Amino acid sequence: MKKLFLFGLLATLCMVPMFGCSNAYENGKVYVYNWGEYIDPEVIESFEKEYKIKVVYDEYETNEVMYPKVAAGAVNYDVVCPSDYMIKKMIDNDMLAELDWNNIPNAKNIGQQYFDTSKEFDAENKYSVPYCWGTVGILYNKTMVDEPITKWEQLWDPKYKNQILMQNSVRDAFMVALKLNGYSMNTTNLDELQIAKNSLLEQKPLVQAYVVDQVRDKMIGNEAAIGVIYSGEAIYTQRENSNLVYVIPEEGTNVWIDSWVVLKNAQNKENAEKFINYMCEPEIALKNFDFITYSTPNDAARALIEDEDIRNSEIAFPDLTQYNNLETYIYLGEDGDELYNSLWKEVKSE
Amino acid sequence: MKNKFVKLLSLPYVFWSIGFIIIPLLMVFYYGLTDKSGRLTLSNVLNIALPVHFKSLIIALLLSFVSTVICLLLSYPLAMILANVKSKSKGLMILIFVLPMWMNFLLRTLAWQTLLENEGVINTVLQFLHLPVLKIINTPYAIIFGMIYNFLPFMVLPIYNVLCKIDNNLLNAARDLGANEIQTFFKVTLPLSVPGIISGITMVFVPALTTFVISDLLGGSKILLIGNVIEQEFTLNSNWHLGSGLSIVLMIFIIISMITTAIFDKDGEGSAL
Amino acid sequence: MANVLKKIYVGLIFIFLYAPMAVLIVLSFNASKSRSKWGGFTFKWYAQLLSDSSIMEALITTLLLAFLSALISTFIGTIAAIAIMSFKKGMRTLMLGITNIPMLNAEIVTGISLMLLFIFFNIQFGFTTILLAHITFNIPYVILSVLPRIKQLNPSAYEAAMDLGASPFKAFMKVVFPDILPGVFSGMLMAFTMSIDDFIITHFTKGAGVDTLSTKIYSQVRKGIDPKMYALSSVIFITVLVLLILVNLLPNGQKKAKQAK
Repeated sequence: MKKLFLFGLLATLCMVPMFGCSNAYENGKVYVYNWGEYIDPEVIESFEKEYKIKVVYDEYETNEVMYPKVAAGAVNYDVVCPSDYMIKKMIDNDMLAELDWNNIPNAKNIGQQYFDTSKEFDAENKYSVPYCWGTVGILYNKTMVDEPITKWEQLWDPKYKNQILMQNSVRDAFMVALKLNGYSMNTTNLDELQIAKNSLLEQKPLVQAYVVDQVRDKMIGNEAAIGVIYSGEAIYTQRENSNLVYVIPEEGTNVWIDSWVVLKNAQNKENAEKFINYMCEPEIALKNFDFITYSTPNDAARALIEDEDIRNSEIAFPDLTQYNNLETYIYLGEDGDELYNSLWKEVKSE
Repeated sequence: MKNKFVKLLSLPYVFWSIGFIIIPLLMVFYYGLTDKSGRLTLSNVLNIALPVHFKSLIIALLLSFVSTVICLLLSYPLAMILANVKSKSKGLMILIFVLPMWMNFLLRTLAWQTLLENEGVINTVLQFLHLPVLKIINTPYAIIFGMIYNFLPFMVLPIYNVLCKIDNNLLNAARDLGANEIQTFFKVTLPLSVPGIISGITMVFVPALTTFVISDLLGGSKILLIGNVIEQEFTLNSNWHLGSGLSIVLMIFIIISMITTAIFDKDGEGSAL
Repeated sequence: MANVLKKIYVGLIFIFLYAPMAVLIVLSFNASKSRSKWGGFTFKWYAQLLSDSSIMEALITTLLLAFLSALISTFIGTIAAIAIMSFKKGMRTLMLGITNIPMLNAEIVTGISLMLLFIFFNIQFGFTTILLAHITFNIPYVILSVLPRIKQLNPSAYEAAMDLGASPFKAFMKVVFPDILPGVFSGMLMAFTMSIDDFIITHFTKGAGVDTLSTKIYSQVRKGIDPKMYALSSVIFITVLVLLILVNLLPNGQKKAKQAK
């Protein structure tokens, strides 16, 4: 035991100096808080080299996990990448800094339609730069279902008992149930929400598991027949398992945008804008797209995609004008949040 | 002179425990007994009676009780076998139980996911042998499984320690006086090992009762335990008051375990070390 | 017959404990990034391991934390254990009761209580906060492993040394310390292990950019684990295993191992 310990000690001591003193970052730091696996690590390295700025990088799993951490202010992040409704919440709570567009010239590469959509949560395009976007849909394994899946309703079909993977996040789960019942996914009407809750309760015995991103591995491994998933995962999962098909359900669904924002209490605002600007460079956006496979709003980057099938893919870049029942999440206020959370807890604890 | 000097040695620890054990606990009580506006209230604690919370507490109690019992049943014979091993390989035997802890706890639990899944390793083997497949992933059984796996060493080690200390002469005396093996076990070995059993039960029951990771990974998030509820109140819903209030309820159960341990294991004989 | 049954039983438990290790080691050679698909045999994750700076940083943080927290908690814990033995009964029970709190309290409550403390006193979350938390939950392990050794001490040896003219400090170092050393070491090793394995408390007390292997893995759980993590865990596991076997089986290591126990 003693020897073992001494070994550990020596190993620790040897390794510390190796990594401790790499101080080539004369332009300071930038604290980035992003979704898990939502950037190509090489991009961070090349940014660090090019700008001599150290990127302190941290990851979160859901908007709801990110928010309290940022709000508590215990960690001073500079750049965060929340989704639409969460950006609105952060604007309402005065947590975001106005961007200086002169420092982000590459924003011109982002398609105008994405800035237009952003106005739903960032009315004057003052705070956010779109990074990724997509839809929420159904991924199914065509060898494991009897007929093509086209509707949310089929997630309530008893014959798929234990074959269904639902999203384990409040808004997405309720979105599915609200759309199923023909309501807006931004409703705060208690009756409509009760009906949605009952639908979710009714569905629960059929559900194999509530998951967030694990849906990816489970679908690849033929663990389940049907899963609710973000469109960005579709390309990757199909590459790994060619039996998987992604559809946008007939009842309509959520269109989301994740955008870069700078926090009001950011201590490295200038570096933060440099970072965002770098992310908007076409080559960099393309690199990220190749790595994470989530649709990029960067038109210049999309034009660079070599594979024609992907560049024109209906999944990665759907033509939204042919759907009339797509919605973007809206921030529902603190009371709305609490209402959703308490109903979701009832579903989960049943 | 000597005694005073020695007593002073406790000062760093006294300060440390006040700063990092007592005060933090008081903060939990402070948050648990106030509401958002800072008014004193019992409602956070009483919220445990809401069906959503109460159910998660009952399920957690049930699952941790079952896994504690199974752990005990598995560990006792094992500890007895190990205690009788000749001293040459004894140290190695114990290390074998500590060794898995060097591989990350989350990875170990995730590996069970790969093993237990419908299309997982175990089922592939069973199918190959034309045996019926297991359907336990994402059910309470998988959670119990994970609890047993993660906490088994905490049951084995204290029982083993106590059994090692039992004087062989006592057992021989019992046999000389005409007791058979079974009688010797129930009249001598078992009573003498009670401190180890109690300490093992606490060390398994408490972490099992309060876990949120195992239920998340192996239960498919379909089953909320009280630990999940508390974790979500802090990380998702940012309702620290409710989270703290429920933690206070949880502490009541922990205090009960601590008192039981104190009664049965006065000298700390059953400690896992 | 009974012996065979015993061996089978121990063997089954052994398989139960080590099956996940086998899975992880196999996965570390899987060419596919997805854990549920076998994409062929590869060494690439091992090859890429050293050049992955974020994993290496997490490894360093983990080891440094484990090392520092083990060292500090061993110091505080050992002298506290010595002092506790000299207390009167009531005080001793109180101190031991407090010592039991972090061991028996739910990890989640300990983690949350420390988080509330740091937020209340406006302490920036980072390496220091994790270190403070780890020391806090490690001290009890040290105290509880040193105490039994102190109980076994022969107090007259210490007094004899003093009678022979040794200063209290010297008497302690020459007489008491060597006797309790095994307990100190096993406490330190326990603390080291606990710190390496901890996830929950670190989860609640960590700050931006500081990741231990545990928190890094947790953030990957949802997305699928980076196969390099499997590779790293396998390396750690095999290293420790080989060391343990060497220490235990080599003839000269045996004595030392026994002492340390």
